[in-house]
Amino acid sequence: MAAPTAKDVLLKPIFDNNPIGLQILGICSALAVTTQMSTAVVMSIAVTLVTACSSAAVSLIRHRIPSSIRIIVQMVVIASLVILVDQLLKAFLFDISKQLSVFVGLIITNCIVMGRAEGFAMKNNPRLSFLDGVGNGLGYSFILIVVAFFRELLGAGSLFGIKLLSTASDGGWYVPNGLMLLAPSAFFIIGIIIWINRTFKPDQIEKA
Amino acid sequence: MPPKDSIANTLIVSLTLCIVCSLLVSGAAVALKPRQEKNKALDRQKNIVAAAGLGDPKAMSTKELEDLFQKRVKRVLVDLDSGEVVADADEAYDPRKAAKNDKLNEPIESQFDIGLAKREKQTWVYQVLDDKGQVEQVVLPIYGMGLWSTLYGYVAVGHDIRTIKGLTYYEHGETPGLGGEVENPSWKAKWVGKQIWEEGAPREDENLMVGVAKGAPIAEKADYMVDGLSGATITSRGVDSMLKYWFSDDGFGPYLRSLAPKTEGAADGSPNS
Repeated sequence: MAAPTAKDVLLKPIFDNNPIGLQILGICSALAVTTQMSTAVVMSIAVTLVTACSSAAVSLIRHRIPSSIRIIVQMVVIASLVILVDQLLKAFLFDISKQLSVFVGLIITNCIVMGRAEGFAMKNNPRLSFLDGVGNGLGYSFILIVVAFFRELLGAGSLFGIKLLSTASDGGWYVPNGLMLLAPSAFFIIGIIIWINRTFKPDQIEKA
Repeated sequence: MPPKDSIANTLIVSLTLCIVCSLLVSGAAVALKPRQEKNKALDRQKNIVAAAGLGDPKAMSTKELEDLFQKRVKRVLVDLDSGEVVADADEAYDPRKAAKNDKLNEPIESQFDIGLAKREKQTWVYQVLDDKGQVEQVVLPIYGMGLWSTLYGYVAVGHDIRTIKGLTYYEHGETPGLGGEVENPSWKAKWVGKQIWEEGAPREDENLMVGVAKGAPIAEKADYMVDGLSGATITSRGVDSMLKYWFSDDGFGPYLRSLAPKTEGAADGSPNS
């Protein structure tokens, strides 16, 4: 395998190798936090930061990590960063941190973070690992924001809490689609994104 | 340095990592604590405003909120057993700490199980005053076990001391989407206007009617009960017993009776002293 370039690791995860779309990782939080744009954006930033920083940190000490405890070492790094992010959110974005509730803590178990630390950062230098983390974070963010866009717009008639479609309950014309506020709608939207993505990039289709 | 996979290196790496990470995490926790506490206190005030229906706390700035509190809200310390207001209250008194302190708590012995063994003897109650300085509503702090956690909230009672004006929860650890729906605005809105005791009957435990029903409450109970949260039976049950407990004689019963209008049906709402 040729050495990955900075541009590759940063941009490929968005369409070519999307962590949610192709690797099907991190679905749990993608369902949970995408009813509103604001929570989706904050979650995206949090995951991107954690993935990038943990990959860089793991990469930095990769020559010293004994292989017998490497997973635990990665988990300690990731968990510390997640707690840090959680504390920062509680201090500066209290309302959003309340809405995200347990899902910030659950970034620890988000397979994307762990997967990049183990799969990429253990073999590559810190700079590339950092960019790879940012890239995968962006790939995750891309899906989250698209899903949240449709869910909030169709489910509540608003974006970032600003009313765009006047809903029937306020005397307007738009009847909100309640399904969009429930978790299954995220499956549909993610499914459609995967479908579109694979129509344009047939090489992503698994062999039957 | 010892070779990478040796035991010595394993110990060195894990020890160093643990120290670095714990310093990082505890440093952040200590440094950010004052800010977080301030946020929590503010959030509590917002919840009182929301419970009492004094306005939309989301649309208010911190300054407006503080002004509103200064003008309309009076905090009094209530002794739960006697129902009397404690005269020289210590402003720093913390009911949650008191509930854990054996000198300041007492065992809960009630037919309504809130899942906890002890509660504080005295607690803060927020009186909402109208323009003339009369008590318009009282906001009572309530808590009790749900499925995973203790839910903390406020319930506002109108000046007739019979009608719920609002219910909010500001702290809980229930499952988001299921029990966490206690925060759902449309569910909270259902509580407004519910009667606590059977209409016309004295404010005694046997007349307590308020609660959470399974499914939409039947017609004759619709004035008192609210539909439970689907997928959250135990949280709903927790809310049900928590409301009954705090409105019972073991909770705020004595205090509420002392506030009740002297002549039933009179709408002056002046508190008895």
